[in-house]
Amino acid sequence: MYHSLAAIQADLKLANTSCEALVKNYLANIDNKKHLNAFVEVWADEALQAAKIVDAKIKINTAGKLAGAVIGIKDVLCYRNHKVTSASKILEGFESLYTATSVQRLLDEDAIIIGRLNCDEFAMGSSNENSFYGNVLNDLDNTKVPGGSSGGSAVAVQADLCLATLATDTGGSIRQPASFCGIVGVKPTYGRISRYGLIAYASSFDQIGVFTKSVADVGLILQIMSGADKNDSTCSQKQVENYLENISNCDVSKLKIAYLPSTIESAGLDTEIKNRTLEILEQLKAQGATVESAAFDKLDYLVPTYYVLTTAEASSNLARFDGVRYGFRSPNATDLESVYKKTRSEGFGKEVKRRIMLGTFVLSEGFYDAYYTKAQKVRRVVTNEMNTLFENYDFIVCPTTPTTAFGFGDKKDPIAMYLNDIYTVLANIAGIPGISLPLGKHSNGMPFGFQIMSKKFSEEQLFSFSNWCMNNFSSN
Amino acid sequence: MDKSIIDKYEMVIGLEVHAQLQTNSKAYCADGTEFGLSPNVQVSPISLGHPGTLPVMNERSLVYAIKMGIATNCTINKYNAFARKNYFYADLPKGYQITQHTTPICTDGKIKIKVNGEEKYIGITRIHLEEDAGKSIHDIDPFNSLIDLNRAGVPLIEIVSEPDLRSADDAYEYLTYIRKLVRYLDICDGNMEEGSLRCDCNISVRLKGAEKFGTKVEVKNMNSIRNVKRAIEYEMYRQIEMVEKGEWIEMQTRSFNAADGSTFDMRSKEAANDYRYFPEPDLPPVILTDEFIAEAKAEMPALPEELINRFKTEFGLSEYDANVLADEKEIAHYYLQLISFQKNYKSAANWLMVSIKGYLNEKAISISEFPVEAKKISELIDAIDGNKISNTVASQKIFPALIENPTANILDLAKELNVLQESDASAIEELVKQAIAKYPEKVTEYKNGKTSLQGLFVGEVMKLSKGKAEPKIVNQLVNKHLSE
Repeated sequence: MYHSLAAIQADLKLANTSCEALVKNYLANIDNKKHLNAFVEVWADEALQAAKIVDAKIKINTAGKLAGAVIGIKDVLCYRNHKVTSASKILEGFESLYTATSVQRLLDEDAIIIGRLNCDEFAMGSSNENSFYGNVLNDLDNTKVPGGSSGGSAVAVQADLCLATLATDTGGSIRQPASFCGIVGVKPTYGRISRYGLIAYASSFDQIGVFTKSVADVGLILQIMSGADKNDSTCSQKQVENYLENISNCDVSKLKIAYLPSTIESAGLDTEIKNRTLEILEQLKAQGATVESAAFDKLDYLVPTYYVLTTAEASSNLARFDGVRYGFRSPNATDLESVYKKTRSEGFGKEVKRRIMLGTFVLSEGFYDAYYTKAQKVRRVVTNEMNTLFENYDFIVCPTTPTTAFGFGDKKDPIAMYLNDIYTVLANIAGIPGISLPLGKHSNGMPFGFQIMSKKFSEEQLFSFSNWCMNNFSSN
Repeated sequence: MDKSIIDKYEMVIGLEVHAQLQTNSKAYCADGTEFGLSPNVQVSPISLGHPGTLPVMNERSLVYAIKMGIATNCTINKYNAFARKNYFYADLPKGYQITQHTTPICTDGKIKIKVNGEEKYIGITRIHLEEDAGKSIHDIDPFNSLIDLNRAGVPLIEIVSEPDLRSADDAYEYLTYIRKLVRYLDICDGNMEEGSLRCDCNISVRLKGAEKFGTKVEVKNMNSIRNVKRAIEYEMYRQIEMVEKGEWIEMQTRSFNAADGSTFDMRSKEAANDYRYFPEPDLPPVILTDEFIAEAKAEMPALPEELINRFKTEFGLSEYDANVLADEKEIAHYYLQLISFQKNYKSAANWLMVSIKGYLNEKAISISEFPVEAKKISELIDAIDGNKISNTVASQKIFPALIENPTANILDLAKELNVLQESDASAIEELVKQAIAKYPEKVTEYKNGKTSLQGLFVGEVMKLSKGKAEPKIVNQLVNKHLSE
């Protein structure tokens, strides 16, 4: 099984393999691992068709940069004439009329899209237990969750059901499952990749990212998707750097790395994860890097801030799912008001309804200032603090998750579930890039991630340092 | 109601005017905006609110809003953030409307109106940009409501006045002026029947001299300026009567019934709608530059007030004539064109206001459809002033012929119609002799002092000349011969 696109492309060049053979192989894996419930829909025939076309292009040297990359997409990304549902009943049967910019850019470079992947409904969740299509199982231990919300996307890479997957990260939905599944997961800078065609959860937090087993693949795929888009005004006009050029040229001795003691001393952090994190910090120091602790006293405010702001945006973003124009409409509805009430009551799952109600509440007259305005202020303060920190440091590092993957049904209290995001929401609140690297292995047999964050639009440095870490600290 | 009772009260009225902007595409996507097409043809995944779609600002709508702001003497604000106004309705695809909440593009303006001869200023609180909703149609299918989303996402400006209006007449003049402005600026067709211009009135009454405002009632659904006036008049009586009876006026939204001129309660329940405004995360704030504002300003035509002044001071027209000409931009422009060829400003104004406007009214067409170019009309005026044709002949014979044949030469037409004015004194003299010979007894009467009879002879000569004789010469010759 291939774990990097470079290896695949080398073999394609030598005709040791073909895209068709790769797709057949992945389709067989998908079939064997059906119980994981990673895919919501597999576009087998189409992927085979596409493979033949790319194979023909390879023969005449006209294939794109992603020739040989077989990629799955989270069920929140639109792909023309394909179903997309956000793992929700409310979009049952819905087919998109257009293709997301991110997906289109992959197709333009000859990526083969093999299917859409299970996730928490509307990307709301940390365990993939909130999907209309049921749980996704962690391939390392089927009694454990894969993390969420991009559980299907994580497990598809973990179990080699495809080479890479697209997912979204609003508060950790890529990095947390990457940690639970032992793979690489990255969320780039907010505004680096167009959100056009991404079914919104929280617009000012959502960002498209990637799961792979190799940092180089992350770099290439992100580079192809990144950059300005006339269909998304929040997407940055900033030039996209070449993420691969210097990916192997990291001089660790020149790096200044900060860790936030509050993240290491946090009460809920698993001891082994803490120790491994400290161990990595020591080794970085030993390699000549400057490693310092940096004060950050807002950790306890991050999760509340995140949930106030994201649910507020979600309550509005999800208003369009009303049964009037597309998707599910309750058969029990009799008039406009009951179309709304019954469709939304029957169409949305429990967690989504909880967040819509919470978001509606925090935006309500009389409560707005106490919740929404205050949370906006905290967001601004935290963002400013991060920007200041990055004036002095290249990277901020911390664990990705406080624990390894937990069991299904273990976290019944939503607050306990929300606190699982404690280390990941920071990057979304501040809009900075973050990556989770599989550098830890717990005595319980489960992997865990090491998270690196850097300043906005510094993906090039982030990937170069990440690549170095993978080569030097990998737990495998 | 007794006038003495009404006179105790004063009305306080503020208007919220929505003007649909005539941009080629919608406010936040590339769909077209044409009116009157088949339902749901000007839509896309974006205006249908499909999942994953995002708004993109239409810059022209900013330009249009800036123009209206300048025309109403507003401050143009450079920082423009957008907000979501959340509510559910079947013709609102996203479940929210993208609008400007705390940072309207224009604030703090005023316009001058003239009501019954008296000038007054009406404050403009704000002008902000927003998008229109679609249309729900309840009267086509007996069992279902139908939705047309062609209009969904069309850009609007909302022009909010200060509560400075004190009567239905004030509101009438204010709205007329706003409509004139949007038409001058070519940003909205101002058609209230088709709903491209809509007006909501906030109306309250209070005792004259009172400082506090009464409880306001919002009235919607007036599809003409006249109906706005009727609705306000109705509310005036209704509210005064309630106050007189000691009843509380409830804050409510009422709808106007054009059939009988009354208003009725629409939805007191929903009046307390909580729209949960918050910053639109999909649309970054737009920061206007000085250049952008200057470019918008440079596109603006001369506005009515400026034209009226110019017409009066530069061309010596009366207040009335200046106002009539400036009433419609196209008429004013035709006039300006006309006087670029013609120095007889007064005559040019008369031709435009009487003959041309008369023709346009009769045919119910606009000046843009008028076939005769300004230059031709100027030549016509020249022909009159040069005594080639008489004024009467010009308006009754040449003008209609010119409309039939707009490129014809004026003098050729006059010859063809045999109406070229006779200024050959000897030819006219023959006719004068004939006329005098025809009425010998009248000549005697004239000579006995009834000089008013001169007109009879002049008329006779004109008749004999088939209107071609130059009146001045005829007068001279008649006078001469009668005095012999």
